[in-house]
Amino acid sequence: MKQTAPRSNYLGVGGWIWAGNYKLERYLYLLHRITGLGMLLFLTFHLTATTVFRIQGQEVWETTMALLSNPWLKAGEYLVAAAFVYHGMNGLRLILQEFGFLLGKPTPPIYPYKDALRKKRLWVVVMMVVIFILALVFLFDFIV
Amino acid sequence: MAEFNPEKITFKVQRYNPENGGAPHLEKFTVPFNKGMTVLDGLLYIKENIDSTLSFRASCRMGICGSCGMLVNNYPHLACHTQIEEFHSDKLTVRPLPNLSIIKDLVVDLTPMFSSHKQIKPYLIRGEAGMEDPNAEFAQSPQELNTFLQFAYCIKCGICLAACPTSASDRLFLGPQAMAQCYRYCADSRDQGQKERLPLVDTDHGVWRCHLAGACSEACPKGLDPALAIQLLKRQLAAEALGLGKRRPPSPVVPPIKESKPKVPYPDFTVKKEK
Ligand code: SF4
Ligand code: FES
Repeated sequence: MKQTAPRSNYLGVGGWIWAGNYKLERYLYLLHRITGLGMLLFLTFHLTATTVFRIQGQEVWETTMALLSNPWLKAGEYLVAAAFVYHGMNGLRLILQEFGFLLGKPTPPIYPYKDALRKKRLWVVVMMVVIFILALVFLFDFIV
Repeated sequence: MAEFNPEKITFKVQRYNPENGGAPHLEKFTVPFNKGMTVLDGLLYIKENIDSTLSFRASCRMGICGSCGMLVNNYPHLACHTQIEEFHSDKLTVRPLPNLSIIKDLVVDLTPMFSSHKQIKPYLIRGEAGMEDPNAEFAQSPQELNTFLQFAYCIKCGICLAACPTSASDRLFLGPQAMAQCYRYCADSRDQGQKERLPLVDTDHGVWRCHLAGACSEACPKGLDPALAIQLLKRQLAAEALGLGKRRPPSPVVPPIKESKPKVPYPDFTVKKEK
């Protein structure tokens, strides 16, 4: 008989992105990653613009600034601000919950099963409302 | 809701035979539907009546052996524990559990899970005497039992690993199953093995790799909460690093009963013998 090694079936990074039929926290996890990467990208660009472009003289700086006042880029800037709010506040929730706060104690499993995150979903919802309000405040700030 | 009672169910089952090579592909089977039918019943029907080469693992067909974990309509389930009716659809797609390797068709290789399970020393560890020559039991209150009882119900089905996004990308990750078991033994009041076990999960591929997506706890068919166990381990590790950890003494051995109660008198026969 031929011996074959089992075929790898790891989802890889696709496993982060594909959140299928899972519930709220699984999607928040995905959004947390996306906002984190988005901010990293912005920060790289921001630092390049404010250092490299700046030392190239006033002309380069002014053309860059003119480019950046494009309304699309303004909207992008708002997205970065919203990502910052989400990443920061959701991060606060994660820090609390990862150290076992707002999660409750283990209980014997009685059908229908409910895990700690679902039992304490109220806290997650409260945090999402706070994030939403803050994001609206930032939006107001951008428009006016 | 309209009653779900189709005549037939279309099963799309992922087939893969390592001996023939080729990539895994979906194969269609039509199975007559009966009320109360589980996904496992459907697979057994296929194996008995349509294609006997279909491979899958199942044993107890009552959600206790943990061998029939598979991905049904893109969500990990125990095939024997899941009624077809739950899906409200006459089309089912059955695939092997992801984040584990496929041996054949729906059979996955659970070796990585069992080796991480073994690694965290899933047994009571007592210092000095006690384990080698057991002659009495350890005392434990119902409250102490409740702190870990749910984690003792793990059937090692691998569903939490299939659900976990960290297991998807980090092959060295210990996985929710093993870490829940680590918590189960560390929280046991009869155990003294925390010093040996905690360093095993206090690593880059241990508890600190978990980012609380909560998918393991959602998917676990036995109502365990591996996500909670991992966060409680983190809490314990942090508390210990800060010197805040409360060390509980291991529970004492129940002293042997010195005097037995007086014997209950033998009751009289209710049916009297006729003289
Ligand atoms: S924790 Fe739940 S999902 Fe994971 S192996 Fe144990 S029983 Fe299966
Ligand atoms: S056959 Fe045993 S758990 Fe499904």
